[in-house]
Amino acid sequence: MTELRTRPAPAPPPGGLRAAARTTLDRVRGGDLGVLPVVAGLAVIWTVFQSLNPIFLSSTNLVNLTLESASVGVISLGVVCVLLVGQIDLSVGSISGLSAAVMAVLYVDRGLPAVVAVPAAVLLGCVIGWVYGQIFNRFGVPSFVITLAGLLGLLGVHLWLLGPKGAVNLPFDSGLVRFAQLAFVPPWLSYTLVVVAAAGLFASGHAHARARRAASLPAVSTRWLLARSVLLLAGLGAAVHYLNRTRGVGWMFVLFLALVLALHYVLSRTRYGRAVYAVGGNAEAARRAGIDVRRVYTSAFVLGTTLAAVGGVLAAARLAAVNQSSGGGDVNLNAIAAAVIGGTSLFGGRGTAFAALLGVLVIQSISSGLTLLNLDSSFRFMVTGAVLLLAVGVDSVARRSRASHGRA
Amino acid sequence: MDGDVLALRGISKTFGAVAALTDVDLDVAPGEVVAVVGDNGAGKSTLVKILAGVHPPDAGTITFGSGRVVISGPADAHRLGIATVFQDLALCENLDVVGNLFLGREPRGLRLDEVAMEVRSWELLGRLSANIPSVRVPVAALSGGQRQTVAIARSLLADPRVVLLDEPTAALGVAQTAEVLNLIRRLRDRGLGVIMVSHNMADVKAVADRVAVLRLGRNNGVFAAGEVTQEDIIAAITGAADNAAPGRTASASGPAEPPSGRTASARAGTESPPGRTASARDDREPRRAEEGSRP
Ligand SMILES: Nc1ncnc2c1ncn2[C@@H]1O[C@H](COP(=O)(O)OP(=O)(O)OP(=O)(O)O)[C@@H](O)[C@H]1O
Ligand SMILES: [Mg+2]
Repeated sequence: MTELRTRPAPAPPPGGLRAAARTTLDRVRGGDLGVLPVVAGLAVIWTVFQSLNPIFLSSTNLVNLTLESASVGVISLGVVCVLLVGQIDLSVGSISGLSAAVMAVLYVDRGLPAVVAVPAAVLLGCVIGWVYGQIFNRFGVPSFVITLAGLLGLLGVHLWLLGPKGAVNLPFDSGLVRFAQLAFVPPWLSYTLVVVAAAGLFASGHAHARARRAASLPAVSTRWLLARSVLLLAGLGAAVHYLNRTRGVGWMFVLFLALVLALHYVLSRTRYGRAVYAVGGNAEAARRAGIDVRRVYTSAFVLGTTLAAVGGVLAAARLAAVNQSSGGGDVNLNAIAAAVIGGTSLFGGRGTAFAALLGVLVIQSISSGLTLLNLDSSFRFMVTGAVLLLAVGVDSVARRSRASHGRA
Repeated sequence: MDGDVLALRGISKTFGAVAALTDVDLDVAPGEVVAVVGDNGAGKSTLVKILAGVHPPDAGTITFGSGRVVISGPADAHRLGIATVFQDLALCENLDVVGNLFLGREPRGLRLDEVAMEVRSWELLGRLSANIPSVRVPVAALSGGQRQTVAIARSLLADPRVVLLDEPTAALGVAQTAEVLNLIRRLRDRGLGVIMVSHNMADVKAVADRVAVLRLGRNNGVFAAGEVTQEDIIAAITGAADNAAPGRTASASGPAEPPSGRTASARAGTESPPGRTASARDDREPRRAEEGSRP
């Protein structure tokens, strides 16, 4: 096309701090709120609970909070994937329970090593997602119905597997349980990881800005990049330091964070991620653009169920047991609520991997705060329900605002 | 280049009980602009979608160049070098402009090359004199005309051989319309085949080499644009000339009967010169209102 007469290109808008701020503001006005509401909400929740009970923000309690968050967080990460393509998986709780049961039966009852039992459980999750995808693509059954059937059916398999005794205890000296309960990052390593994270953020931002400048596109200033990295260094450093005053940062939480970062990379930097957002935004447009929409749906279901299975194994390891209520109760709804509270749109196409992290912190904070106040689960359900409604409300209002801006 | 003619023969398509297309023929040669015109529901978009691989045809053959081709999906159309601007634009509102331009055609690699994509995006948009403030805003935040420009720019991305434009100027302002018409001429001069669906006779007269009329899903005449009057085209569109049995080949001696007075007056707005003032959207409204009273 180069021989076409090209006219002077419309100038890309100028870069710099102020421009960045203006773009952000425009986005918010246009209804693209991002993680803003949930961060604000988290701040409010922490302030309220801390004023009601000073133990809430103690190092011990926050260490517990991180450990409790990991398993539901991983499940929620899978829910984010499914929501991004505009579908839903209501069976993540049942899958997590089933995979925990499979792992426990293989590991304890059959005496297989963990390196066999855990992958087998995860593989099962993978297969369930694939089956969901096939049913969805071939017969067009709404995902709501497929996974509702999965919720019941897989719960049945879970109970059947555990048999009449109804529970399997994992030995306390097993590597799995130790990983979930006792494995903490040594302080020196935790600080090193913080420095690596901040340096990595700066390095990638700097490389990107340089590439943009080389292509004479506006780029953020080095000063802003530096400020951002220092902010991250200070924030993470303080958090890690605070956690290190007691037990420190659990490896299980690090695993969760690593999964969040990996999924974030996949969603935001790869063709596959772009396809996921496209299918969630406008499946027909994605199809016309040549994207294999069915494969994207299947992969999203598989990611959802696989991560649910991983979360189930982590929860079992943390509890050192699998019983009939594993993955039951509020696990399912907490995982879905976390994804939505974190800013993943139920309408598809909007949200990030960080939604799972932020959302699960909100959910677990509420749960932990109410437990500290000696309020029982009835209150927990009510408050979580209210927060969920609020989050979905914000999403819906933002969506309406987007629509009105889009048509403006 | 004569070998690379895209030819449709006997294309039919039904949606349930609705026969959207019946036995339709259409040719477009390299370096030629064919305008497809017809009333609302005449089957124009369906024809475009069949070529774009959105719907498979129920019957008929498509040949491209020397051989027969089967377009069973959008990927097939892309592979053949057929690029499409759909009437509904088919953009993902949640993705930004760059994301939409490159959707499904991102450069390969472990990591998306956002910088290269953005540079190319500005270049493509510059070619259309696009009035777009940022390529990093979600398409939801763009105006209808800006979106249409994005959709047109997208069709140029992969060096197509044939470009299908379904009402490409429907939402565009005066300057952008002129720019798109210019672009169509440039594409033609470069040897691309262009199929343009339009309701705007001024646009059609301005760029088309041939005008193919669809009526109720059937061919209703193909005219050489230079030799046909606007009235003749309108007569073929509305069917006022049905008795005159217009031929399928390009001919100046097309429909003779003048359109009814009512129709002619309703379309008076389309008589404006190429740098028209009335936008296509405006002149669609009376047409729709007319449908009920059409014989
Ligand atoms: N996906 C579909 N399902 C059912 N019927 C359809 C579908 N697409 C088109 N039709 C029908 O086919 C006929 C032709 O529609 P088409 O969209 O091709 O018209 P058009 O010529 O593009 O009209 P317009 O000028 O309004 O864009 C219409 O009667 C329409 O109702
Ligand atoms: Mg149409």
